[in-house]
Amino acid sequence: MNAPGNPSEKMRTRRRFDTIGKPRRRVDGRAKVTGLTKFADDVVLPRMVHCKLLRSPHPHAVIESIDFTKASAHPGVHLVLTGKDFPISYGILPVTQDEYPLANERVRYVGDPVAAVIARDEQTADEATRLIEVKYRLLNTVSSAEDALANPEPRIHDYGEQGNIHRLQAFEFGDVDEALMGSDHVFEDLFFFEGNTHLPLEQHASVAAPDGEGKLTLWSSTQVPHYIHRALARALRIPAAHIRVIACPNGGGFGGKCDLHNHEIVVSRASMILGRPVKICLTREEVFYMHRGRHPVLMKMKTGVTKDGKLTGMHLQTLLDGGGYGSYGVASTFYTGALQTVTYELPRYKFDACRTFTNKPPCGPKRGHGTPQPRFGQEVQLDKIAEKLGRDPAELRLGMVAKPDSLTANWLKIGTIGLEECIRLVVEHSDWNNKRATLPPGRGVGIACGSYLCGAGLPIYWNKMPQSGVQILADRSGQVTVFCGATEIGQGSDDMLAAFVAEVLGIDAFDVRLVTGDTALTPVDLGSYSSRVTVMMGHAAIQAAERLREMIVDAASHELECSPERLVMAQGRVFLSEDPSKGMTFAEAIVFAETKYGTLGTVGSYSPPRAPGRFKGAGVGPSPAYSYTAVVVEAEVDQNTGWVTVPKIWVAHDIGRAVNPVLARGQVEGSIYMGLGEALMEEQIFRRLPAKMSHALVHKFPSMLEYKSLTSLDMPEVFTYLVEDPDPNCPFGAKEVGQGPLLPVMPAVANAIYDAVGVRIDEIPITPDKVLRALELKAKGEAPRVGPDHFPQVPYPKPVYVKTPWEGGDGNETKPADRKQAVAS
Amino acid sequence: MMKNVHRTLQVNGEAQQVSFAPYKTLLEVLREDLNLTGTKHGCELGECGACAVLVDGQPLLACLELAVECEGRAIETVEGLANGSVLHPLQAAFADLGGAQCGYCTPGILMTAKALLEKEPEPSRERIREAISGNLCRCTGYQQIYESIEEAARRMKEAKVPA
Ligand code: FES
Ligand code: FES
Repeated sequence: MNAPGNPSEKMRTRRRFDTIGKPRRRVDGRAKVTGLTKFADDVVLPRMVHCKLLRSPHPHAVIESIDFTKASAHPGVHLVLTGKDFPISYGILPVTQDEYPLANERVRYVGDPVAAVIARDEQTADEATRLIEVKYRLLNTVSSAEDALANPEPRIHDYGEQGNIHRLQAFEFGDVDEALMGSDHVFEDLFFFEGNTHLPLEQHASVAAPDGEGKLTLWSSTQVPHYIHRALARALRIPAAHIRVIACPNGGGFGGKCDLHNHEIVVSRASMILGRPVKICLTREEVFYMHRGRHPVLMKMKTGVTKDGKLTGMHLQTLLDGGGYGSYGVASTFYTGALQTVTYELPRYKFDACRTFTNKPPCGPKRGHGTPQPRFGQEVQLDKIAEKLGRDPAELRLGMVAKPDSLTANWLKIGTIGLEECIRLVVEHSDWNNKRATLPPGRGVGIACGSYLCGAGLPIYWNKMPQSGVQILADRSGQVTVFCGATEIGQGSDDMLAAFVAEVLGIDAFDVRLVTGDTALTPVDLGSYSSRVTVMMGHAAIQAAERLREMIVDAASHELECSPERLVMAQGRVFLSEDPSKGMTFAEAIVFAETKYGTLGTVGSYSPPRAPGRFKGAGVGPSPAYSYTAVVVEAEVDQNTGWVTVPKIWVAHDIGRAVNPVLARGQVEGSIYMGLGEALMEEQIFRRLPAKMSHALVHKFPSMLEYKSLTSLDMPEVFTYLVEDPDPNCPFGAKEVGQGPLLPVMPAVANAIYDAVGVRIDEIPITPDKVLRALELKAKGEAPRVGPDHFPQVPYPKPVYVKTPWEGGDGNETKPADRKQAVAS
Repeated sequence: MMKNVHRTLQVNGEAQQVSFAPYKTLLEVLREDLNLTGTKHGCELGECGACAVLVDGQPLLACLELAVECEGRAIETVEGLANGSVLHPLQAAFADLGGAQCGYCTPGILMTAKALLEKEPEPSRERIREAISGNLCRCTGYQQIYESIEEAARRMKEAKVPA
């Protein structure tokens, strides 16, 4: 049997598999094409009533009074709730419990909910919300990160670092100033990445209902039922044992359904008061205001290189616009720096970060969580470095790829790296060498790379328990049922679970019955975020399945009078390896096992290996493994309109092993799609209403028509290559694929535009107006660049100084006194 | 409370008597009054295509159509696509080839694709792109959707199944 976290060597290195690696119809595929997949809004219960939220029209205000007498009296209204009904604050991270389900005293962005009406139908509830009279006292509004730095008062929250600064972080790994001083060239660039949102096609919905015993069940479009379960118990002050959270399959998540949402708490409470089911489904406009998406980030990146193209050190500063609440922001802030060392060899690294509060919808995690912004900066800067050094940008990158089985400057442990192979593949297939700098004017190619976590090393609340648990039951009918808290958000979580169990037990994945994402029935899995499911759930599933396999093989070997080692489980049978005709069916073997052992059930669990970093803040960044991606983009720029067309993208992804290649390719192409949307058009931006209309800070275009995203007509041809070098830390060697491939897209587009027309757009999204502006500058003989032109003064603290692994570090912080010595010696 | 109207709607070849508030859209009546929740919604404003159904063979956004206007017209939803328990070739191909990831856009795209294949049994990639350009999908990047539609067309030609 395997210790947790230690996958079976035999399993990992096996050459032939029956299920793993074979293109298959996903196990939940039929329900998806017949309309039978039950999303949260498809849950319909007898006596169900409907909830609507009244939201603040002001970005920053004190609530002086709420009068809901008329709403309560409106025919068909069952209940009106306000902030007074929710005295306990909550927040997804233990350090930022700063939200209320309905605002108590203060609203912090347009869209902050202040009251809820529960009525016989949505229409009636909606009418009644309009009858609620709220008196607000308006406060000054903070509209951007710079605004937040300049205006410490009024404070949006009374916690945080100071004024409207939510969080400051600073780390230095090795003496970076010294490294920069010793470099042949130092590049300093400013970049800006505008915020954007997940735009899942499914609007968030929740249904809460008391069961016969008065206990609460919540069906919700959530990626994290376990976190919701914990937080609901706290927010509602009822025992967790009386709460059941069921994560319905999500109609897309992308990080947008990772937070505990105010409406989830509101309908839960309402259903407990009314004793009947309560449903809410957000409108698309409300989904835009719910947000929790990509942070707008301003970046300053100072990088040293040697003349032969090696990085010497980097100093990265980031400034995040966090919106009105904490959400996952503390983690997002760490992630704007933590993974900057994983792609290329970087001997010294310094990272300062600052997250501000502003009066806009809160930002949080979106696909790539905090890392696409600095990835954009670094990959565009590398393009500039290559140009200055007269090097091919692909060659330059090949010369600096991080080393496998190494530690980074900031103490992250890297396992396998397939990046060199990825670069070679996209260079070859895109015909890079014959295209770069040689295509006709207006056409160009750009390259970029990236890397991503295969699961965050630590859970969001501190504990040493497993991060994923799987339980398997098997009975004499031959049926195998697998229970796991993991959540299907479209990525194929259920299919991975079935595939791992099926492979170990030698049965068909379609024959594995699954119960997932249900806190009443399934062992805890932390949820679908940080690309953790394949690796963490996979390990737990394999462990549980191997334990079951051991019992089955043992019982069968008695019957067959052979040693268990000689038995094979495959194709629904248990048989002698040297003579497949001698054996029995899987169901027969289960009967023998159940006879011998009694009721058959096993569990498996997984905790990631302990990370080598010991300094405070070392918890963000470690992962059991890292995936790698290289992308080449071909772009065409219309020099009269600034319009950018992308006809083709080549992408190679180091996936370790593709469990189901159909799904793996879908994840890659979906990432490319979303990345290209971010590169060219998607932006979550805000405008002020005219002064006579309250001057509120509202979403510029909270509709799917106006929030531009790629349609089928905009989508380029994508050529996908999967690099399979199984990683020993991963189940069957399989790494993540859902997020990593997005990262290089934005910078590769920017670099392709430079190759096409010689202008630098150091800002995302790259809209036609920016391209035109840069082309005009170029025509005038000025620096052909559009991007941020200054970085404000940020009171970054003195960094936590940690010696690098190759300079005698032990992973702990080095105090200033020791540090002088260290530098001197 | 507005009084309900009573209507007979032809849904997936069956006459359904249904009583509903007159302001309701076809989308709402299908989902809420006929319990046909296979048809999805992403905006309820005619922007995403998730609610596409066929009315008299034409793709139509159910969120923009009043149900009272649909009396006497043949309404087809994803629930009627399979032949008994045998999947329509489009459904089978989408399930096999990754055409559905989260599956939320899928019913709308399947119905739109069905209308396309009825008119053009062997559409080019370009025609497929045009036909589904009103259906947003946030998961797939569309490529496996095109491939699924092409594969369905191929299978239908081989089996001589009419769309
Ligand atoms: S729900 Fe009808 S088009 Fe979006
Ligand atoms: S499969 Fe999720 S929106 Fe298309």
